[in-house]
Amino acid sequence: MAAVEVSGLTVRYGQLVAVHDVSFSAAAGQITAVLGPNGAGKTSTIEVCEGYRRATAGTVRVLGLDPATQQRLLSERMGVMLQEGGVYPSARVLDTVRHYCALYGKGVDPAALVQQVGLADRRTATWRRLSGGEKQRVSLALALAAAPEVAFLDEPTSGVDVNGRDTIRGIVRALADGGCAVVLATHELDEAERLADRVVIFDKGVVIADGTLAELRRGHDEIRFRSSPQLDTIALANSIGMVASRVGSDEYVIDAPPHPRLMAQLTAWLAEQGHPLTDMRAGAQRLEDVFRRLTADKPAADDPEADR
Amino acid sequence: MSRFRSQLRTELQLVARNGEQLLLTVGIPVLLLVFFSLVDVLPTGTDDPVDFLAPGVLALAVMSTSMVSLGIATGFERSYHVLKRLGATPLGRGRLIAAKIAAVAVVEMVQFAILVPVASALGWSPGATNWPAAIGAVLLGTMAFAGIGLSFAGRVRGEINLAALNGIYLVLLLLGGMVIPFAKLPGAIRAVAHGLPSGALADVLRDTLGGGGAQPGTSWLVLAVWAVATPLIAAALFRWD
Repeated sequence: MAAVEVSGLTVRYGQLVAVHDVSFSAAAGQITAVLGPNGAGKTSTIEVCEGYRRATAGTVRVLGLDPATQQRLLSERMGVMLQEGGVYPSARVLDTVRHYCALYGKGVDPAALVQQVGLADRRTATWRRLSGGEKQRVSLALALAAAPEVAFLDEPTSGVDVNGRDTIRGIVRALADGGCAVVLATHELDEAERLADRVVIFDKGVVIADGTLAELRRGHDEIRFRSSPQLDTIALANSIGMVASRVGSDEYVIDAPPHPRLMAQLTAWLAEQGHPLTDMRAGAQRLEDVFRRLTADKPAADDPEADR
Repeated sequence: MSRFRSQLRTELQLVARNGEQLLLTVGIPVLLLVFFSLVDVLPTGTDDPVDFLAPGVLALAVMSTSMVSLGIATGFERSYHVLKRLGATPLGRGRLIAAKIAAVAVVEMVQFAILVPVASALGWSPGATNWPAAIGAVLLGTMAFAGIGLSFAGRVRGEINLAALNGIYLVLLLLGGMVIPFAKLPGAIRAVAHGLPSGALADVLRDTLGGGGAQPGTSWLVLAVWAVATPLIAAALFRWD
């Protein structure tokens, strides 16, 4: 049984349909990224899973519990990281973590937790004096204080510097490797690409894709390269037998598997024409490209705002 | 450490760290008590102003802590998503409210431990005192004022809540018989003042701590009604996020 099971979930705010007939699941020991632009419905969905919000229709089970009616039981086993805030501005880091460790009562050592998120030297600082990245680390520590079986993390690396991101990614990965079902809500595709085992993509209140990264990328290989802005794409297509599309001032894409013969033809043609080759990437599409492809031709009828 | 005790400890730590709350809950009552006891400008109608002022300032202290301090702090906690985050822990709504009430009680004990000796030093020597009844009145007053504070905290934005509670505090202070006797208020305003929780608490405390209440029977009734009604209103209006 999946740790998180969402089936036919709909959330309405008055006449606005924020989430429409959404279904997906998240397994223990995996990181499931819930992706989508702001207003896509991911936060409403996560808040129903956490027990903050009631579903208008559909069923949600987290660790086999109904968050709407069994939130107290669920809270003992669930870690939550809010997108922002959640801590008293005048509260100190170690005091706050110690408080949450006491609330969860799982025997987690608060000092070790502060050390783990890299804030040992900031343990006496108050929340209001922390940087955005440091606040995210404290929020993550509060989620870890639950020694959770399921964790809902909202934008965990938002505002965090590069080194801090690596620390947080390592902690989240270790959390999943320890058997926790991690549900990661983010609009940063790069973050999901680096961390997620499974991706659920939201757009305008509905799920438009659900699968592993490999599944979402399957059948969508490409060769992407940078060269001269004056490249004659028609001549190139005639030479290699494939259409090359200009996607930037000096960036081009060929929608084809990166076969060695095709790569050789491409580089040979560039050399013959005297064009430079400043960058080249071949293989599966980036998640960003997958997302663009999936959201590009979405029918207007799927737009829940149309229900207003 | 139990969840309740951990939450109570956190609440008390935050009160101690918030200088403006300490000013409101201790500084202003002490200042009013000392100033108007030494400078005889208020129409208290007593030989010694402190005999009138001491019970009124004790009522003011209860109002400061349980309505203004609790209400403002809780309102900002809601704005900062503190309540939302706590709502995802096993703490539970009951323990959270219990911890907040216990923290208010602790602060009120500290206030009384400071104000009563200060009043005594200024010459307050109440004749017949009924401390158990006074404590009962303080409990009812705490419930009534906490209900008002949490009604605002649970509904309006933090900044508006701050302004609204400070405004109500000023109105209840001036019309509540705490520093200005009911008898000095104009007739229509006097009738309203007797129906206010501040007026009722001040009158009951004046009656139980010296026997100078204007209409203690009615005031007990008024206080009890406020103590039941406002927590119910707060519970109905309160939002965690």
